[in-house]
Amino acid sequence: MKRYSMWLLGGLVFLITVLPSWLGIYSTYVQFILTLVGINVILAVSLNLINGYMGEFSVGHAAFMGVGAYISSIITVRLVADSSFFGDALLSPIWSILVFPVSLILGGIAAALFSLLVAIPSFRTRGDYLAIITLAVNFIFKSVIENIDVIGGPRGFMGMGKVVKAMDDVFAMPWVMVWTFISVVLTIYIVRNYVTSTMGKGIVAIREDEIAAELMTVNTRRLKVITFMLSCGLAGLAGGLHGHTLSYVNPSGYFILQSTIMLVMVYLGGMGSISGSVISAVGFTILLELLRPLGLFRWVATPLLLILIMLFRPTGIMGNRELLDVFPKLRKYFTSSEEVITHANATD
Amino acid sequence: MSLDIFLQNFLNAMQWGSFLALIAVGYTMVYGVLLLINFAHGDIFMVGAYVGYFIGTFLLNKFAVKLPFDLPTWLIIPITIMLTMAITALVGVTIERIAYRPLRNRGAHRLYLVITALMFGLLLEYGNLALLGASDRQFPTLFEKEIYTIGNLSVTNVKIIVILLSFLLMGALWFVVQKTKWGMAMRAISYDRLAVPLMGISVDSIIVATFVIGSSMAAVAGVMYGTAFPILSFDMGMLVGWQAFIAAVVGGIGSIRGAMLGGYIMGFIQIYVAAFLPSTFRDLITFSIFLLILVVRPTGIFGVARRTKV
Amino acid sequence: MPMLRIKGLTHYFGGLKAVDDFNLDLGKDEIVGLIGPNGAGKSTVFNLACGLYRPSEGELSFEGTNLIGKFPHQITSLGIGRTFQNIRLWNELSVLDNLRIAHFSQIKYGILDAFFFSSRLRADESKLIEEARQLLEQFNLTNFENELPRNLPYGLQRRVEICRALVMKPRLLLLDEPAAGMNPGEISELMDLVRWVRETFKVTVWIIEHQMRVIMGICDRIKVIDFGRTIAEGTPVEIRNNPKVIEAYLGEEVVV
Repeated sequence: MKRYSMWLLGGLVFLITVLPSWLGIYSTYVQFILTLVGINVILAVSLNLINGYMGEFSVGHAAFMGVGAYISSIITVRLVADSSFFGDALLSPIWSILVFPVSLILGGIAAALFSLLVAIPSFRTRGDYLAIITLAVNFIFKSVIENIDVIGGPRGFMGMGKVVKAMDDVFAMPWVMVWTFISVVLTIYIVRNYVTSTMGKGIVAIREDEIAAELMTVNTRRLKVITFMLSCGLAGLAGGLHGHTLSYVNPSGYFILQSTIMLVMVYLGGMGSISGSVISAVGFTILLELLRPLGLFRWVATPLLLILIMLFRPTGIMGNRELLDVFPKLRKYFTSSEEVITHANATD
Repeated sequence: MSLDIFLQNFLNAMQWGSFLALIAVGYTMVYGVLLLINFAHGDIFMVGAYVGYFIGTFLLNKFAVKLPFDLPTWLIIPITIMLTMAITALVGVTIERIAYRPLRNRGAHRLYLVITALMFGLLLEYGNLALLGASDRQFPTLFEKEIYTIGNLSVTNVKIIVILLSFLLMGALWFVVQKTKWGMAMRAISYDRLAVPLMGISVDSIIVATFVIGSSMAAVAGVMYGTAFPILSFDMGMLVGWQAFIAAVVGGIGSIRGAMLGGYIMGFIQIYVAAFLPSTFRDLITFSIFLLILVVRPTGIFGVARRTKV
Repeated sequence: MPMLRIKGLTHYFGGLKAVDDFNLDLGKDEIVGLIGPNGAGKSTVFNLACGLYRPSEGELSFEGTNLIGKFPHQITSLGIGRTFQNIRLWNELSVLDNLRIAHFSQIKYGILDAFFFSSRLRADESKLIEEARQLLEQFNLTNFENELPRNLPYGLQRRVEICRALVMKPRLLLLDEPAAGMNPGEISELMDLVRWVRETFKVTVWIIEHQMRVIMGICDRIKVIDFGRTIAEGTPVEIRNNPKVIEAYLGEEVVV
């Protein structure tokens, strides 16, 4: 009975987000915001792995989102859409149903591989220097894309709208939102399993005292590679979803401002707390939308918010704790007896 | 490449390198004293350029609100530069006071300081964008451009002034750091913070002085940059400031010598790369070199590796 | 064959010779002390033995396996446990988690198991947690399983740290100034603990200490170094009367 509570929660979310969208109850605008919320949840949770649990300081995470966005979009537009950039579709539009999720996975894998640019330097450097490296990677990504005219250079390219329409033609469903929902569930599931396992707890040991971790038989290099690849791969997945939500990709959209938004969500929610990241991703996305009338001042409010967090509550909303730690009575609804043994101590 | 083109680019590189060096010094001094990478510094440079724009345009009576008299050129230039330096220094010190200092006193994790610095940079940038709009501003002509020709070379007086002024300022800085008590204190802080108050100078004063000097030099760079390249945009801090930061790291962050040398090295690399390859390659090559240095020799040319005790 | 063999170990930090021709053979079940004035290079020897630095010169082998060039986590998984001068427990993780993580080299499941909570993971984790709990029980630490180390009194933290070092079933235990910061009562408990550990877990103990009472009380033999060089070696009685040792520093010791 206990394990089903998670399913229940997931079902509830599905009922209030995806189902009404499917039935056309929600406007396109609301659907757009809901999808964006989902994407931001994935981004916040993924970045929390590196910045929160592992205690590093990655400030260029948007680059990996961008890699996923570009790879995924190039694949779908090339294969199943007619576009001025890549010419006619290579496959019939019916294939879009399959090509889209495959492109998302490939985008994620590409981003994971790209993360080695940061993971490998992280063996020998930490703190400020690694932060600079992540920033440099963000700059390099933007620079590289801007130099490739075939994919639009600095202006980016479009065409994903046609891909989404093609999927819709095969079967009317809010495809991007559905895949986002699935991705969010998958992300939370995988990350939670990872950080509660002994292997995953090793990354907190790295944060607390890397040398001690090495001496307690923790293979820190392997762990860093796994963590970076997982985190950046998920960001790439989110990027692919993002590109198809906006129907448009361009390099400036995956640059410092986007990285900053992700940082805000992570630190607002609390380092090392998955529920914190989820809550702040939802809250912050909605906040940004509510502030839309402010125009450009939204982008003043964002860094200002993070400054205030740093000054007054750097541990964020949840600090280091999960929702289940704050409301322990709920615990019995959400943990099976098996999980109690293996997920011993939710104080991570 | 013919000698003429080489020499022409040489002067361009010296000018560009001067800008980078002046800004890089600010990064490196703050790092030396606080072990903090002041990511907001590039945008301090932008603030300097814009403040110079406002003051200069005002003094030239080009705004709607006018002075009851016209000032002579030889007065406008120094006033503009001085006022810009003062105001920009104020901005830099204010950020230190309201954000960095409370965090430091609280013993906050350095991570929070770095994030705050990065955010202040963005704040300045987007604040500019939001307040002043997206269209670029034209920096006022503070003095008439003159072109001198020597053989096949043409040099503007602006270039010469930039280079000379930079050398002058850096020379002055070198003197202060090496020969004065305050300069010694600045150098001492990076080695042993606790010893400095024993010399009779408060650590906070040194830190303020560091920010004042760094911001002022960035301000001068801003004004001169505006004079040399009159188009100002809200993201010039990001565009130019980052190059300067890379220069500081290449030279060895924390070393003033390194920042000066790094500025000119990067200046030369950028100008000569742009001379041969399409301009879009310039940034790519710059950042790739940056990444390479960080991985191969993170302490830069003059930096000293700090050995952490295991 | 000696368990740990160190021959001609020499190490430079830049121009400074921190360790000079250090030699040591450690056998089974003995407790050996390493003493010397502050800055003599004792911790450096430990760090070299654990692979934190690559020695400038010398040979280093454990149970016949060469250690030089190996990563620290490889060396410790061969069967060497270690504690530190300033207790290095992971403060944001519970005591139980501290022990679980030390099982890292014994983990049999893979990445995908960890991501997807497979049955292989569940089985392995149950086993590993069970072992950790048994160890805690032997050390009388069961009640503190869910505590954060920073909330525990110093003596208990030290006990946890030693317990953690035993997770990887070491045959050799390196203790770096375990009595640092302890009062006389705690020191007596520590001495009993170390003897008990040697008996129960059949480990060789190599200990660095400044507290002479500890060294003289539990060591079978002692090695003395100063400025990186060995200046004396022998039983506690021999060392106590060695003029070179007395000259080097014995006079300034804390006498309890």
